[in-house]
Amino acid sequence: MTTAISPSEVNFRSNYDRRKVATNIFMVVAFLATIFGLFFLGLLLYDLLKQGLPYVSWRFVTTFPSRNPADAGVLSALVGSIWLMCLIPIFAFPLGIGAAIFMEEYADRDLWYNRILEINISNLAGVPSIIYGLLGLELYVRVLEPITKGRTLLAGALTLSTLVLPVVIISSREAIRAVPREIREAAYAVGCTKWQSIWYHVLPMAFAGILTGTILALSRAIGETAPLITLGALTFIAFLPPWPVTTSVNEEGLVIIEKVSAGVASFVEALQTPFTALPIQVFNWASRPQAEFHAVSAAGIIVLLLLLVAMNSAAVLLRARFQVRK
Amino acid sequence: MTASGNPELFAYETQRFRSRWMERLMRSLTGVFAYFSIIITVGITLIFVYECFAFFRALAAEGVSWTQIFTETEWTPLFAPPKFGVIVVVMGTLMTTIIAMIVALPVGLLSAIFLSEYAPPALRAVLKPTLEILAGVPTVVYGFFALLVITPILQQIVPGGDEVVAGLNALSAGFVMGIMIIPLVASLSEDAIYAVPNLLREGSYAVGATKFETTMSVVLPSALSGIVSAFILAVSRAVGETMIVSLAAGQSPILNFNPLDSVMTITAFIVQVSLGDTPTNSLAFYTIFFAGFLLFLMTLILNVLADWFVRRYRLIY
Repeated sequence: MTTAISPSEVNFRSNYDRRKVATNIFMVVAFLATIFGLFFLGLLLYDLLKQGLPYVSWRFVTTFPSRNPADAGVLSALVGSIWLMCLIPIFAFPLGIGAAIFMEEYADRDLWYNRILEINISNLAGVPSIIYGLLGLELYVRVLEPITKGRTLLAGALTLSTLVLPVVIISSREAIRAVPREIREAAYAVGCTKWQSIWYHVLPMAFAGILTGTILALSRAIGETAPLITLGALTFIAFLPPWPVTTSVNEEGLVIIEKVSAGVASFVEALQTPFTALPIQVFNWASRPQAEFHAVSAAGIIVLLLLLVAMNSAAVLLRARFQVRK
Repeated sequence: MTASGNPELFAYETQRFRSRWMERLMRSLTGVFAYFSIIITVGITLIFVYECFAFFRALAAEGVSWTQIFTETEWTPLFAPPKFGVIVVVMGTLMTTIIAMIVALPVGLLSAIFLSEYAPPALRAVLKPTLEILAGVPTVVYGFFALLVITPILQQIVPGGDEVVAGLNALSAGFVMGIMIIPLVASLSEDAIYAVPNLLREGSYAVGATKFETTMSVVLPSALSGIVSAFILAVSRAVGETMIVSLAAGQSPILNFNPLDSVMTITAFIVQVSLGDTPTNSLAFYTIFFAGFLLFLMTLILNVLADWFVRRYRLIY
């Protein structure tokens, strides 16, 4: 009896090496593709820090924009972004979370109008942000002008709230859906109404997930530029909304607090002031021809990214704090 | 015995009455909140239809024939005389989108394959969130990157330098847009690949296929509907992207097929008009709504197509 290898096995063996090499080559290519994007992320961060870091200082975040790049600051843009950050949740969160509760808990999904509702929300999430800018321009700046007084903080906040609403709804729905059925049934068993089971049991358990999703939606809104430009938010703003303090600029170009004005009237007035935001300011500086302004723009981006990192860390921390074991 | 006769029963009845009303109130209130999203869609549609009518009326008032939209090869609504060759902005959008897709589709799909099929769990746990950071960077930052980092690099490496590569060009804007879209393609494709049951892979190994052969002839065909849907959503995202193209691709009003030259996209046009002092109710003002409507229809069709694809061709295991 011979132990010679059959011709087909010889064929298989020689072929196998080639096929094995193909697998390895493919793996290396796929790995390189995965780090391709990360390479450019690194390049971007390196360039931002190299150009922008020399301009980032306490003075940069406490002065107004200027025609002179060395004197330019982001105060009005930073304050504008922080205002938006506080106003958007007031409109978008109750509306979004309420809609999510209705769709997950109350709506009968076999009814055609509730199915349309679902399709509608997933389509809204795919509408380009600039379209929301056009909606805001028509609806909030022109139709609701008696309330918003034109291109103001309030109009900007309403536009961005509309923009993030579908995202808030989708992420809140996911968080609510993750609460086990048994929790609701246990609540019904002791005589809760549907709303009581939602309010006392489902929402507290879904809270961490809802919070994370909504903060991520908010951080997306803070980075949005296109809808605010379409809305006509100004790029050169050298004053602050008059709430909670009234400010003015002294001879050295420093912003000083004149008086405390934390009343309702000045709050309404603040909502109706023209505004700018960090991404708009960054866009404006980057689109100028002078190289010094490009560096100032990089510094503005660093401030914007720090704000976003802070928000995302808050999301992570709050998630850990409110996480309920299921 | 009436409820009022027994204080305990009375308290119970009041409580019950209150919770019932609360139930009804919250049910209607959350329902109103949910249907508010329909109002947004209807609002967008009404605004666009209304402003487009105004656009065509203003065209007629200016004495411009509406057929010019399809025959003209220049797009200069802000000049006198205005020209409305919509092909210019559609081609500009198409060109930056195609460049972005050449980058994002293969890289995104390969990343998805690597993450789900090849990466060890520890590496995957690091790479996946890092890749997601790319999706969280504001688009204006990518615009800065395209204009002030990638374009100068292109001007150095392309033979001919800045005489061939314009300061504002479609290539750098499209390329950076592609990088921005990688995470979208990667995460949606990975979901589709992840949903392919392990039994199929093991069956393939059992008949002697290597990992590469399994990926190519078993996993990818099974995940095809999800991957195609991810690709379509990526196109939709690129068509609607605004800040990168307005910063880095330029505002060229002439029909142009050279990716190293400036082009104007639909979104960049809207930004250009919005930045200027265009009086409301002028022809130029209506034009941004006409352009916006075009964009809205394009992305809507793409989104519906992606949804249809995933439903129509989904393999159920």
